Amino acid sequence: MFDDLTRTAAPGTPLAAQARGLDMRLMLRAGEEDTLVIIRDGAVTEARRGPHVTPTWDTRLAAAPGDWAEFLAPMPRPGYHDIYALLRNRRMAFEGNLLPMMQNLMYIKRLLASLRPEVA
Amino acid sequence: MAPQIEEITGRYAHIDIEGLPHRIYWEEAGAGIPLVCLHTAGSDGRQYRAVLNDPEITRHYRVMVFDMPRHGKSSPAAGTVDDDYALTVQGYLAQIIAFCDAFELENPVAMGCSIGGRIVLHLALHHPDRFRALIGLQSSAHVDPYYDTTWLDRPDVHGGRMCGAFAHSLMAPTSPPEHVDETRWHYMQGGPGIFKGDLHFYRGAEGDIREDLGRIDTAKCPLHLLTGEYDFSCRPEDSEALAQALGIGVTIMPDMGHFPMSENPEVFLTYLRPVLERIRAG
Repeated sequence: MFDDLTRTAAPGTPLAAQARGLDMRLMLRAGEEDTLVIIRDGAVTEARRGPHVTPTWDTRLAAAPGDWAEFLAPMPRPGYHDIYALLRNRRMAFEGNLLPMMQNLMYIKRLLASLRPEVA
Repeated sequence: MAPQIEEITGRYAHIDIEGLPHRIYWEEAGAGIPLVCLHTAGSDGRQYRAVLNDPEITRHYRVMVFDMPRHGKSSPAAGTVDDDYALTVQGYLAQIIAFCDAFELENPVAMGCSIGGRIVLHLALHHPDRFRALIGLQSSAHVDPYYDTTWLDRPDVHGGRMCGAFAHSLMAPTSPPEHVDETRWHYMQGGPGIFKGDLHFYRGAEGDIREDLGRIDTAKCPLHLLTGEYDFSCRPEDSEALAQALGIGVTIMPDMGHFPMSENPEVFLTYLRPVLERIRAG
């Protein structure tokens, strides 16, 4: 579900340039499956699927697989179009140390949105 | 080639609010029935640029948009810049009434969005005789806190970037990118702490008007409600609950978020013009 981040936010991409200097371990949880997204200088260098043994991460965004699928639709429905919309509707949890995410909130939102198929 | 110049004029007025002198920036266009527009928390009057520029509206309405103190070009009152700002019902009402009084507006219409959509309910409760009609955009009787607003103003997070990103969350994915960017830019330019301070009124107990809805008489002062379906702060069901409690209708705007007049102005105008026509006819 999140593998493509190594392409959309690869080193040298415009997306990576939006968070220069950011080093972060972002965990994305879909149901019971965790994907560890390693961000170095704003670029995603790895999107490592679990299971993980004693993983270390900064921020984790957790939602059901179906809710992630709705969020990642080309044109998401009301209530699913943004991580805060999911939070409001209790379909997503923000976990861990939120500081690096909040310091780079627009980048994190764009990072996730980069997984949506292009709308023709 | 001559530049395209908009019909909007912007000036400063010296107005006392709750005994304190303020230098208030306002913009206006048109002539006729005064239409006072109230911007959202943490932003400023630029949100109403399309209403000010719409000849179909300004033909019959004198559209007036002021920046609340601390917002846009209305600086804080002298000596208050470092105050721990928190907007109250009383303070917000005082700003609006002071503005209307200063310009001797007779039977104006007030239209507000979000916090402005909430304060028009308080205007309906406390000042129904002062207004010809009220328009609530993204209007609800209360909002339960669902996120931590301290992230909006703390030393280790850039407030402008944070507020801009959160405003972005509240907009519809269908809104034109140039207007989404314009709308979040207003938030990125906001003064430190103003978004969080405005939300003191919006969230929780301060502006909660649920228990007073029974005392609002919409026959005395008509109230019109318009709400975007992508808004998760004031959700369609929140406006529908308000409308039901007041015994009035509400228009749900598809493909629209929390800032209809700013994030998708051309579409919003197609909803607003008929409302203003009805008010004028009434």
